Amino acid sequence: MQLAVLSGFVLAAFAPLLHRWFGARTSFVLAAFPAALALWFLGRVPQVMQGEVLLLVLEWVPALGMSLTFLIDGLSLLFALLITVIGTFVLIYAGGYLKGHPDLVRFHVVILAFMVSMLGLVLADGLITLFVFWELTSITSYLLIGFNHADLEARKSARQGLFVTVAGGLALMAGLVMLGIAGESWSLTELNAVGDVLREHDLYMPLLICLLLGAFTKSAQFPFHFWLPNAMAAPTPVSAYLHSATMVKAGIYLLARLQPSLGGTEAWVGILSVVGAFTMFTGAFLAIRHTNIKKLLAYSTVMALGTLTMLLGIGTEGALIAFVTFLLAHSLYKGALFMVAGILDHETGTKDVTAMGGLRPLMPVTAVVAMIAALSLAGVPPLFGFIAKELMFESVLEASAFRWLILLLAFSAAFLTIAVAAVVALRPFFGQRRQTPRVAHEAPVSMLLGPAVLAVLSLLLGLVPVLAGAHLLTAAASAVMGGPVSVSLSLWHGINLPLLMSLVSLALGYLLFRRWDRVRASLARLDPLLSRGPEAGYDALMDKVVVVSEWQTRVLQNGYMRNYILVMILTLIALVGNSLLLRHAPEFAFDLDVRFHEAIVTGTMVMGALFATISRSRLGAVVSVGIMGFSIALTFILFSAPDLGITQLLVETLTVILLVLVLFRLPRFSRLSTPLERVRDVAVAGSMGVLITLLILTSWSIDQFVPISGYMIENSAPLAYGRNIVNVILVDYRALDTLGEIFVLALAAIGVFAMLKLRATGKASRKTAPAKEAADG
Amino acid sequence: MEPVMAVAIGLLYAAAIFMMLRRSIVKLVIGLMLLSNAANLLIFTSAGMTRGAPPLIPEGMLVPPGPVADPLPQAVVLTAIVIAFGVLAFAVVLIRRAYEIVKADDLDKMKDTDT
Repeated sequence: MQLAVLSGFVLAAFAPLLHRWFGARTSFVLAAFPAALALWFLGRVPQVMQGEVLLLVLEWVPALGMSLTFLIDGLSLLFALLITVIGTFVLIYAGGYLKGHPDLVRFHVVILAFMVSMLGLVLADGLITLFVFWELTSITSYLLIGFNHADLEARKSARQGLFVTVAGGLALMAGLVMLGIAGESWSLTELNAVGDVLREHDLYMPLLICLLLGAFTKSAQFPFHFWLPNAMAAPTPVSAYLHSATMVKAGIYLLARLQPSLGGTEAWVGILSVVGAFTMFTGAFLAIRHTNIKKLLAYSTVMALGTLTMLLGIGTEGALIAFVTFLLAHSLYKGALFMVAGILDHETGTKDVTAMGGLRPLMPVTAVVAMIAALSLAGVPPLFGFIAKELMFESVLEASAFRWLILLLAFSAAFLTIAVAAVVALRPFFGQRRQTPRVAHEAPVSMLLGPAVLAVLSLLLGLVPVLAGAHLLTAAASAVMGGPVSVSLSLWHGINLPLLMSLVSLALGYLLFRRWDRVRASLARLDPLLSRGPEAGYDALMDKVVVVSEWQTRVLQNGYMRNYILVMILTLIALVGNSLLLRHAPEFAFDLDVRFHEAIVTGTMVMGALFATISRSRLGAVVSVGIMGFSIALTFILFSAPDLGITQLLVETLTVILLVLVLFRLPRFSRLSTPLERVRDVAVAGSMGVLITLLILTSWSIDQFVPISGYMIENSAPLAYGRNIVNVILVDYRALDTLGEIFVLALAAIGVFAMLKLRATGKASRKTAPAKEAADG
Repeated sequence: MEPVMAVAIGLLYAAAIFMMLRRSIVKLVIGLMLLSNAANLLIFTSAGMTRGAPPLIPEGMLVPPGPVADPLPQAVVLTAIVIAFGVLAFAVVLIRRAYEIVKADDLDKMKDTDT
């Protein structure tokens, strides 16, 4: 099964080839992939319903205990089915929506890659596997938001979505690692069994905060909600799929998955229910300010995501049943509504609902689909959304913490959402016919299929709720609960408080819809306040990042060679000096066995080096460096290295000749530094010298390994037939190194030759074309 | 002998770094020479210093008669000396070319790629 899912990546890679064969029909061919997977997952429903948890293990590196394990229980099965079923329809829909788009191939490649990543995310049992797929969904989402990359706004939104989710991803990684350490396991199934240990663990708070940051950024919870509406720059199939039905629910999925192991504590209940409720209200409130149909839907998605988080926070059995029901209901109606929005945009050429009107006779099927889906969004019986909303109200009433605050927010969000639903479903289709940029007509079948099926499902599940409740939702709720749960959904709960709340919110929502234009106008006065929201914080942060990067470029990468050297040397002194002085107290075994001639040679060497630094003439510097070089050659000879001595003599001679030949075409030494700079440089260079001396003295007292030269000495004559061991090492033991050295020399020679040659021809052209010569140089 | 050598190498390093921090290109090259020599000496002395026992095997024997100097650092330094010469030759010709164009012995005037 793992390979079947991962084969989607291969399919994505071959999508361009398929395009060559099938042309515009590729979407329909590719849709077979999620469809086949969906059938397989459907086949697992009976097993999972009986409370079975399927663990599919694919050994990867058995020696290291690494495996790719898929966990299929009610929760992951519900998500997998949503991903594959909606994915199938989205692919078919995209075939119509993006028909003839020059970049359709790219769309297919990325959306398939996303589909596989998302499946991997919800099926993964290992924490690391989950994280890898999590990041993959962030990246593919980035590529899809920026699909119209010629558009500045799209690029900016894509980057924003990426930054927010990836920053959360970093926190998530830290959280998962802590979770793995605290639970002493990297498997989600095993972690769910040690919930009591985790909740008492010292790391509980830090890991909870990190995981929540990851989940909240991904699932657009307040104050990270702003990236989701901006992500609407993506083509509508992407919005329908990633940014309402699947990817934005990844954070919710993670929270639900961890509910048995981390849930139920005071912090969990408090943070999740308050943040969720606040997000729910913010989303619904911000939605009614917009006339762009995609933004309206996006903000209502934020509202839905908040609701889901809040329900997880409340965490009672009823709340968790409401959670899975709402999850399913939302995916069905929101997927359908987004696709309807895409149809309207595609057929009329505008996204503004106030610019549309009276489209019902022209697009009858779309109108019906939109009505059904919107009724479900509003929570009107007998749609599935109604059941979800009733359950939501019920669980809010039984919340243990912040009950009245949550209740107030939930109720306000509900009637605002009803207004949104009415705007989306009624404005474009009823009232006066308006002139739209494109002459509207009914969408092709490929685009109607998806929303129609999803809308019919909303209606069917509402009428016969037992279909969903008895099967999948029971298993899903049990997985979130971590124990058996019985779900019995029904339309009629009797006359109770939730029903009354529903009725009142319907009436209020309808009133708001009637006065929507006026309300929107008066809300516009709040714009200055709202523009200081979290998004302004994000923008300010980005500006700061740019400022910091400019500053560090100016300070660290300013193009001054000596600054680079200075920074490197100081870092070296700090790091090496630190570990030398603090970790190894330097111990010196002084053995001053110096003979007179050796002292003379060493002294000459040091004098040569020091004089080179203070000499004011080039010749003086070159000569003193030469003296130093010859003293080094003598040192080599004195201390048993005749070959080195000979080589050093030869090279030193050549060097002096070279310098004399070339340097005297260069200018005289000039004094370019101030006295203060020289003092600083002497200090830095001096500390470096002291450090090196200490390092050498210390290193003699440390013997970490037996030298390998013993082997070389013993085997030089018997095996390599050479009596000069140094030479044998060069041409035999390390022959490949010597070959490399010859290459380096040859390259340097070619470089020198080329530069001298260029000079010869450059002279002629210099007078006429200095610029060209500069380019050559 | 080793402590004396350690101090000498430290001084060589200090001289090299000081020269490499100059703005003058010619001084930079001299610093480079000092640095490569200092590094060679550092490697050479790292295995300890032995007098009068070169790693050679006399005629008619399979191993040296007594303890000899460690041949491995010597081989490494031999390679390093030659490479350092290659680098130096290249660097010297390069700054000569650069001077022809920039007309100044000042690294600060070589900040742009389009001089």
